Amino acid sequence: MKENGMSLIVKRITRITVSLIFMFGVYILLHGHLTPGGGFAGGVIIALSFIHLVLAFGKETAFKRMDQVGASIAESFGGLMFLGIALLGVFAGKEFFLNVLPKGTPFDLFSSGIIILCNIAIFIKVGAGLFAIFVALAIMRIPVDDPGQEDGR
Amino acid sequence: MVVFFVVIPLLAAFLVPLVSKMREGSARVLAVLTGSLLLLLSIAGIFMVKNGSIVYSLGGWRPPFGICMVLDGLSVFFLLIINLIGFIALIYSWDYIKRYSSQGLYYTLFCLMLSGLNGVAVSGDLFNLYVFLEITSIASYALVAFGTQAEELEAAFKYMVLGSVASAFILLAIGILFGSVSTLNMADIARSLADSGSRKLILFCLGLFTMGFSLKAGLVPFHTWLPDAHPAAPAPVSAMLSGVVIKVIGIYALIRLVFNVFIFTPAISQIFIWMGIISMSVGVLLAIGQWDFKRLLAYHSISQIGYVIFGIGLGTPLGIIGGLFHLFNHSLFKSLLFLNAGSLEYATGTRKLQEINGSGRAMPFTSVSSLVASLSIAGVPPLCGFWSKLIIIIAAFQAGNIIGGITCILVGMVTLASFLKVQKYAFSKQAGDIVSKIKEVPLTMVAAMSVLALFCVLIGLFFVPFLDQLIRPATNVLLEGANYVNLILGG
Amino acid sequence: MSLYILCFILFLLGFYCLLVKQNLIKKIIGFGIMEYAINLFFILLGYRWEGEAPILDKHQVIVNFVDPLPQALILTSIVIGLGITALMVAIVIRIYEKHKSFDINEIRKLRG
Repeated sequence: MKENGMSLIVKRITRITVSLIFMFGVYILLHGHLTPGGGFAGGVIIALSFIHLVLAFGKETAFKRMDQVGASIAESFGGLMFLGIALLGVFAGKEFFLNVLPKGTPFDLFSSGIIILCNIAIFIKVGAGLFAIFVALAIMRIPVDDPGQEDGR
Repeated sequence: MVVFFVVIPLLAAFLVPLVSKMREGSARVLAVLTGSLLLLLSIAGIFMVKNGSIVYSLGGWRPPFGICMVLDGLSVFFLLIINLIGFIALIYSWDYIKRYSSQGLYYTLFCLMLSGLNGVAVSGDLFNLYVFLEITSIASYALVAFGTQAEELEAAFKYMVLGSVASAFILLAIGILFGSVSTLNMADIARSLADSGSRKLILFCLGLFTMGFSLKAGLVPFHTWLPDAHPAAPAPVSAMLSGVVIKVIGIYALIRLVFNVFIFTPAISQIFIWMGIISMSVGVLLAIGQWDFKRLLAYHSISQIGYVIFGIGLGTPLGIIGGLFHLFNHSLFKSLLFLNAGSLEYATGTRKLQEINGSGRAMPFTSVSSLVASLSIAGVPPLCGFWSKLIIIIAAFQAGNIIGGITCILVGMVTLASFLKVQKYAFSKQAGDIVSKIKEVPLTMVAAMSVLALFCVLIGLFFVPFLDQLIRPATNVLLEGANYVNLILGG
Repeated sequence: MSLYILCFILFLLGFYCLLVKQNLIKKIIGFGIMEYAINLFFILLGYRWEGEAPILDKHQVIVNFVDPLPQALILTSIVIGLGITALMVAIVIRIYEKHKSFDINEIRKLRG
């Protein structure tokens, strides 16, 4: 199959909407301790922006931005960051997962201790993870008639 | 510290993909290191609990407002089983997994499964138990489908559908319970249920929990996934599944809930006893006609778990001691048998008993350890299986349950017959043409099997101090159901 | 009370679909319906009469809130359901590659 993405109109609009979706995801992430959402919802939106790229531009072009190996590394990094933040409490001599950073004034953007850092870690992990699931399910070709197709692993 | 049981395998599971991209083959070093660290921690845990149980609250929030992790006699017993068999399976996988193409994936999933199992054993909060149970289940679904042959995929799909239905039932029961008592901490639920509680709704909850956890444990009539899923997995994963997973997420969660949270009434005792008797009989009767080695072992797993539930369901102290001791012995010898089946498959390439006859001469270590494990599961003195079956039979007759006692004896004899057939076909018949091409399996696999066989013999000879140090505290935790509340909320 | 009974009926409908339908994809959809029913049941447990969304604003007087704990539990449950669905779909895709059919009567190789 010789597809290289969708038509020209879709590609022009995608250039604008992908950055908007990305920014929206980051907004949902950063206000996670004030409004509904947080790390998981922000991560899902970020994954959607990458999938939007793959759908509009085709596999090869989109993989220059983030491909499977990058997604796997980002996922591991996000998980390690979350565990590291949770272990800060143990290294400070007290409980695991204790809120040890300064908490600031309520209702501010940079308040509430480790909650915002944990949200960022979850954001990276979920975004990369959902994109990896999509790539793993979508690049597996079902060998129908073509002898020249390879099924990805 | 209690929380390291969960954190260390999680760290390993996140580091393995990074490490295995840098150098192929370094993932297994990290995994074996993790396994050894966990084993040392669990042995240290046995000594820490001698002065009384440990309650650790996450994030500084005291129970019943926060999530707490509890380390008492029962948890420490199960932690020892999990980490011991996990470490030995990791050593066995050092050479066995070279046949599959992606080693990093295997070690990631294995470490995630270990983390989930440890989390189930130490959790003190009901929803936390459910989350760790799901982590373990999802990791095991992916590990069963690891080889991606047609049979393995079908077995994995069947296992997955049935396992998800069980998890859905458990979640529904947690929801109904939460709606009744408005708290999720297990000690707090125990206190609220002792005071009041509308009886019909709580009985419905208990029924749903029993259905869900019996499916995870492989008791009849919820056993249909087990003979397909356990043979299809790679051999160390089969050893973990049959030796650890069905016990921790099935039996441990069930008895923790029934004894410490709900009240152990005679009706529940009768249900456990009858489920045990039926599982014992059905498992061993279906195992007689099998010619696939691993499928035969899976059916015997159903039968032996029937012994365990029967022993625990009797409710008397001797019955519970017998049940828990048989659980430990079963994890030892069933894991050893699955590792033997894996070695036979590694060396000869097939699992059917009629085709591997005479391999005993060419593989001495495998055949000796298989002999030890077969005699142990059949209940031949002085190996470990004999003592635990004897205690269960004595407890059955003491409690007045004649049918159960006679069933135990008959099932034991049929088990002996079944395993004599295995020994005759696999190891001692006249050497066929296949024996000239095979040789003994690599050193790490031999070492793993020998360690387990040594444990079978040692526990059989010195079982009295083992019972006193390890199983008696576990039994005491189960018997004093109400003490659980005072321990967590009083201190 | 009748709302809880309706949730339970939805759960039983999903369970029926999982048991009876013979196409693998329909079984996955049945499992999805079961999962939605349980999540809905949990969230309905937290409803308080005349309650508002449990978000504290800067200039807000404390009024009736619904219970926020079931909402946090359901977030976890939705993520777990997502993981299971993704794994199921991946296994079904591989089964289709090997057997060329989604019908469950044609992929029964394991017997006995």
